[in-house]
This record gives sequence, C-alpha cells and structure tokens, in this order.
Amino acid sequence: MTMLESLLVVLPELILTLGATDLLLVAAFSNKPDLGRRVSIYAVLMLIACGLALLGPAGNGGAVFGGLYYADAFSTFSKVLIYASAAIAILMAPRFFDRRGEMRPEYPILILLSALGMGFMVSSGDLMMLYIGLEMQSLAAYVLASFMRQDTRSAEAGLKYFVLGALASGILLYGVSLIYGFTGTTSYQGIGAAMASGLSMGELFGLVFVLAGLAFKISAVPFHMWTPDVYEGAPTPVTAFFATAPKIAAVALAIRVMFDALAPATDAWQQIVIFVALASIALGAVAAIGQSNVKRLLAYSSINNIGFALIGIAAGTQAGVAATLSYMAIYVVMTLGSFLCVLQMRDAQGRPVEDIASLAGLSKSQPALAAAFAIFMFSLAGIPPLLGFWGKFLVFDAAVAAGLFPLAVIGIALSVIGAYYYLRIIKTIYFDDAAAPYAPANSVVENGLIAVTAATVSPLGYLLVPFLALTAGNAAQALF
Amino acid sequence: MIGLGHYLVVGAILFVMGVLGIFLNRKNIIIILMAIELILLAVNINLVAFSAFLGDIVGQVFAMFVLTVAAGEAAIGLAILVIYFRGRGTIAVDDVNRMKG
Repeated sequence: MTMLESLLVVLPELILTLGATDLLLVAAFSNKPDLGRRVSIYAVLMLIACGLALLGPAGNGGAVFGGLYYADAFSTFSKVLIYASAAIAILMAPRFFDRRGEMRPEYPILILLSALGMGFMVSSGDLMMLYIGLEMQSLAAYVLASFMRQDTRSAEAGLKYFVLGALASGILLYGVSLIYGFTGTTSYQGIGAAMASGLSMGELFGLVFVLAGLAFKISAVPFHMWTPDVYEGAPTPVTAFFATAPKIAAVALAIRVMFDALAPATDAWQQIVIFVALASIALGAVAAIGQSNVKRLLAYSSINNIGFALIGIAAGTQAGVAATLSYMAIYVVMTLGSFLCVLQMRDAQGRPVEDIASLAGLSKSQPALAAAFAIFMFSLAGIPPLLGFWGKFLVFDAAVAAGLFPLAVIGIALSVIGAYYYLRIIKTIYFDDAAAPYAPANSVVENGLIAVTAATVSPLGYLLVPFLALTAGNAAQALF
Repeated sequence: MIGLGHYLVVGAILFVMGVLGIFLNRKNIIIILMAIELILLAVNINLVAFSAFLGDIVGQVFAMFVLTVAAGEAAIGLAILVIYFRGRGTIAVDDVNRMKG
C-alpha cells in the first residue's frame, strides 16, 4: 500500500490532528469576541467531517502502517459513537460555562484531542498504539476535569483523576512490558500467535496487569473509586463527556485486546471479566442508593451499566461482542440525555443545582422536562418498552447462549435492585412536595437534543433496532 | 553474570515502590508525582532489558515513547497541582477531601 493510500485510511485522525492544532493557534492569537463559541462551531464541523471520512477508505481500509492501525467495521462503529458524543459534549457546554465567563476555546480543542486519542485506541493493532492512544485521551481528560480553575471541586476532581489515571496507565504499561518480553512482540496478531501454544506465567501476569489498567479506564469494580468524585467535581458537560466517549473507546479497546491479542487466553480472562461484571453491577446498584447528588448518582449508574456491557464480553462469542456494542450505543444515548436534563437543573439565578431533592415538583413546573427525565431513568433501569431494556436483553441473551446461566441469573436479580434508585428519582419528580422551581429551560440546542435523545430511547427507538443489529453484527464480525 | 532475571527483579522492586509510594504516602502530592515517575521508569527498565535480551529493537522504541509521554504527564500533573494549590493553599494528601470518597 502506498503512503498516500495509508494516509487516506487515517483521514479522521489527520483531520483532528491538523484541525485541533490549527484551532489552538487561532485561540492563542485571535482577539475576536466570543471566541469559545466560534471555535466550538468549527470543532463540531470537524467532528462531522471525521464522521463523513469514515464512509471512505477510513471506514474499511484494513491494516495500515505495518499493522499498527486497523480501519474496519469495528473501529468505524466505535468511532461514529465517539465522534457523536464528543460533538454533543461540545454543543451542551457554552451556556453552562458562560455564567462564569469560562467558555474558553480550549474546551472544544481538548475534546477534539481526546477524541483523536480515542480514535487511535479503537483502531489500534499494536500495544504501542494502545498506549499512545490511551495517554492522548487521558491527558486531555485530566485537563478537562479541572477546567473550571476557580472552582476548588473541579481542581480536586482533576487532581484525583490525574493521580489515579496515571497509576492505572503505569499498571497497564507494566503488563504491556511483561507481555512484550514473554511473547517477543507488541503486535496483537503476533501476541495471539505466541500465546496459542499455551500461556506462560509471565504472560499471565502481563494479562492481569493489562486488564486491571483497562478496568480502571472503564471504571469497573474494583478500580472504580475515582468515578464518583471525578463525576461530581468536574463541570457537568465534561462529566457527560467522561460518561460516554472514553467509556466507548475503552470498552472497544478492551474488546480488541481480548479478542485479537488475548484470544488464546480466553479461559484466563473470562473468569476475571465475569467477576468484574458482577461486582460492578452489584456495587453500582447498592452504592447509588444513598446518594443525594445527581451527578454522583449517575456515576454509580455508569459503573452499573459498564457491568452489564461486560456481560457481553464475558460470553466470549461474536454474538456477545455485538450485544456489548449495541448496549454501549444505547447507553450513550440514555446517558447523554440524562446529563442534558441535569444541565437544565438551575436555580432562579441560573446557578447549577445538583441536589436530587431539588427535583421535587418538576412535573408541575416543567412537565416536558420531567417527562424526558422520567424516560431516561426508566430506560436506564431497563424497564420495557424503553430502549434500555433491549440492550440488557441482548447481553443476557448472549450470556445464556454461551452457557453462562449463573451469570445471567445473578445479573438480572441485581438489575432489579438497581431499578430502585432510578425509580426514586421519578418518585421525587412526580410525587414529592414541590421545591423551588428551576429557571426556565430555554436553550433551543439543548431542548432539541433532549427531544431527539428522548425519542430515541422511547419505544420509537425500536425502529432503529434492525439497523443497530446489522451494524453491530458487522462490527463484531470484523474481529472473528 | 547479570542476566535478564536481575533486571526484571530491579524493575519489579521499583514498580512496587512506586505503587506503595502512592498509597502509603499521607503527606505531599509532589511525592505521588515522583512515585508515578518511578513506576514509568520501572517499566522502561523492563522494556530495555527485554529488548536487549530478545535482540529486538521494538522495546527500546517503546521506551522512548514512554519517556516522552512521562514528560507530558508530569507537566500536566504539576499544572493541575498549581491550580489546586491556588484554590486551597495546601497540597497535603489528607486535605484532598472536598468530596467524600
């Protein structure tokens, strides 16, 4: 393959690299008013261009640069979700930051750089690409978490995220070095070939370290302790971003590593993934019950949801991977919708409110917003006929088909416990005595996005199911 | 004769020291940053030792990448530490408690 053809395959990454550095220069030297919003618009356009580029060779070009980078149906599926959630995270930000005059152009640029790293993660074909992609994503994310410099909670969130994130990267890297040493290669294919003849002690250690590092990035138990604090402290649009795009990228990366490089060691990682999945579901469900802060609650909800997504991986089959991908797609829509609703929680002076108790009486003051909130909560709880139920059904179906009956039974039982705290929010909204009403939700962009996401997770979303099944199936097939 | 095993033991000791440095240290966040560097250097020793004994250059290239990323990571960590200090006036680990957890 010629150099030009190879470059066409990495076109989305090229657009993001050049675009983000370009916008950074503009941000540094321009003195136009309202620069943050202008740069945001360009950033969203760039993400759309990246999405369109996936229609070309960037979507199905295969392995380039000596197998460092893969462009297949799997990477395309993940990238579409990543770019879409990054774009929405940019669109929901301006009004939130404007109140404190903090809508600086660095916000969209950092999101673009983070999305660039995520693109490398889901397309990686080599441990070196894995590390570089992961670090590009994480370094931008640390800065985003502490984006509101004057706010001590935001700075503390950034600090905690940085320390624990760097520790996780170190653990992952140590595992990578062991795998490299004992297999003699860093390419996924080479590792798979070397492991096919049996797993040595060093390789097993490396595998455990790598899985621990990845578990941190998807905030799965027992590496979840950073999630509630970071989600609570980071600015709400950043939290929405953290809960969606990096999660997809890390789950997709984990799938690629487990099914490409570590496929011969399926028996070894399957037990770990089953334990992590059940522990995440259980902890996410139980620890969320006592929370009074809505962002903290959504953090535990994301831990809980990652557990369900991991059930599909634990199945270890092509149907399981397809189920996980579908689950993540649905999860992203539900989560973005929930955070868009959280953004509308502002008191009469426009200050953001995060207390769940303040939602009381929302059904009287803003019935439409209350209905949207209820739809997202019911969907996250997995109550039919909303779309969240379909995702859970797919992963449990895959687990049962793979013969993992105990996993499926315990998972379903725990999902009933998890439903409790979602229903508590709905009870607060519809049946509690009214609290002070919120400022009117009058942002056209945000209301439009809430309407679209609510319609998607409503029963209308089942019209999309055949399309989702087809694309997720193709994506999973690319790995087998 | 110093063999691969010796290098791996040194790497493992440094790694464990780094991890313990993060969890046992109750005083100062700068020490945590140093512990993170220690972890990354332990990885580098592993990579270079494997690279030399395998006769494969990839490990050394990887080590260069790790060094570069470690520099960026330290820069970002210190920057976050500075804005944190501005807001709170302290960098003691026990004071990082505005949020429970």
